[in-house]
Amino acid sequence: MKGHSGDASFWLELRRAGMQSFYEGVVVMKKMFICQTVTIVMLVVLCGPAVVMATSPPKQGGVLPDITLATPTDTTERDYLGLPGGDTFKIPQIKAEVVIIQIFSMYCPHCQREAPRVNELYRIMEETAGLKGRMKLIGIGTGNSPFEVDVFKKTYKAPFPLFADSDFSIHKSLGEVRTPYFIGVTIKGGGAHEVFYSKLGGFEKPQAFFELMVELSNLK
Amino acid sequence: MLGLSLVAFFLWSSTSYGGSYGASAAFKDNIYNPGTLKPIDSVLKVKVGERAPDFTLPAVSGEHISLSQHSGKKNVVLSFVPAAWTPVCSDQWPGYNIVQEMFEQYDAVLLGITVDNVPTLFAWTNQMCQGDRRLWFPVLSDFWPHGAVADAYGVLRSDGVSERALFIIDKKGAIRYIHVEDINKRPHLEIIFKELEKIERQG
Repeated sequence: MKGHSGDASFWLELRRAGMQSFYEGVVVMKKMFICQTVTIVMLVVLCGPAVVMATSPPKQGGVLPDITLATPTDTTERDYLGLPGGDTFKIPQIKAEVVIIQIFSMYCPHCQREAPRVNELYRIMEETAGLKGRMKLIGIGTGNSPFEVDVFKKTYKAPFPLFADSDFSIHKSLGEVRTPYFIGVTIKGGGAHEVFYSKLGGFEKPQAFFELMVELSNLK
Repeated sequence: MLGLSLVAFFLWSSTSYGGSYGASAAFKDNIYNPGTLKPIDSVLKVKVGERAPDFTLPAVSGEHISLSQHSGKKNVVLSFVPAAWTPVCSDQWPGYNIVQEMFEQYDAVLLGITVDNVPTLFAWTNQMCQGDRRLWFPVLSDFWPHGAVADAYGVLRSDGVSERALFIIDKKGAIRYIHVEDINKRPHLEIIFKELEKIERQG
């Protein structure tokens, strides 16, 4: 290096500054590494549960999520479902061998159009010899308040029990399915049950859908 | 670090939105999910008791509808929804479509309003009704000047859509009820009829 004696101290200072910068750089990089690691851990911790907890619809051969419904105040509906009593009940407590669950919404245009066909399905269930009382039908109104469910019931004269899911909690537990969605469940006694049907969409022909439910549930 | 943590939080919270609405299979794949939005992003410019700002807007039907044409005759329920083809909005008016009698029972008309243009509203409301049944209430376009009516009421958001808001105006033209809902949620139907019943009782 060339330079005067003054320059030597300059270079010494520069070297000292350089080393200092280097060490400061190392400290900064260490801090960044820790920051990034903590951030990645936080991302996993915060996003991971959402990925793990994201529910999917009930699967054929599987079971329903834990759904609690309000016991109907109407005695006809309570008798239809054959419930043991109490303010709430679970679907496997329904007195039937097969329960068909319609997931609908008062706000859903498809559900509105399908309502007469679903009513017809109920009528077929009740009037088919040897099967009356063995297959039952309920509806759950996703995001619908009791008032809204009541509007749907009165508008379409639905003769089977409909239930409110005001806060979408049931809808979330069912994997946030679109509507209308039908789930078929066989009730096995002792609280045991199995899902035999779980699909988006309604049906064009109530009789054909009824026969399909009978076949898939091995009801006969 | 804070920024990334916030990103992580919003990623997590956004996984719980969107699936619950636009849930009807009626709209197939034509619903655009904007994710979770800021619940309310405006400041009201009107109050209960004040005269409702008058307006005249084009309707999907081709008419021009004024608020004041109902003065002295009907209570008016204004339903602002943010945007066509989005989840909650597509899930709201089809429900109102089956309660026309309940509105008539309270001598009320319903006016649906968004900031979308008329052709957009035409296509959207068509699919909403599956083409075979029109909405019974007028659907108004607050597109130009953009969001002027929403702005007059104080429900125009900073991104140019309106809030999800309900205003109930009596036959004298006074605002009797205001409800600005979290844009990500749908207000329950009974809110409207509880207030219309109050107006009927109180006059």
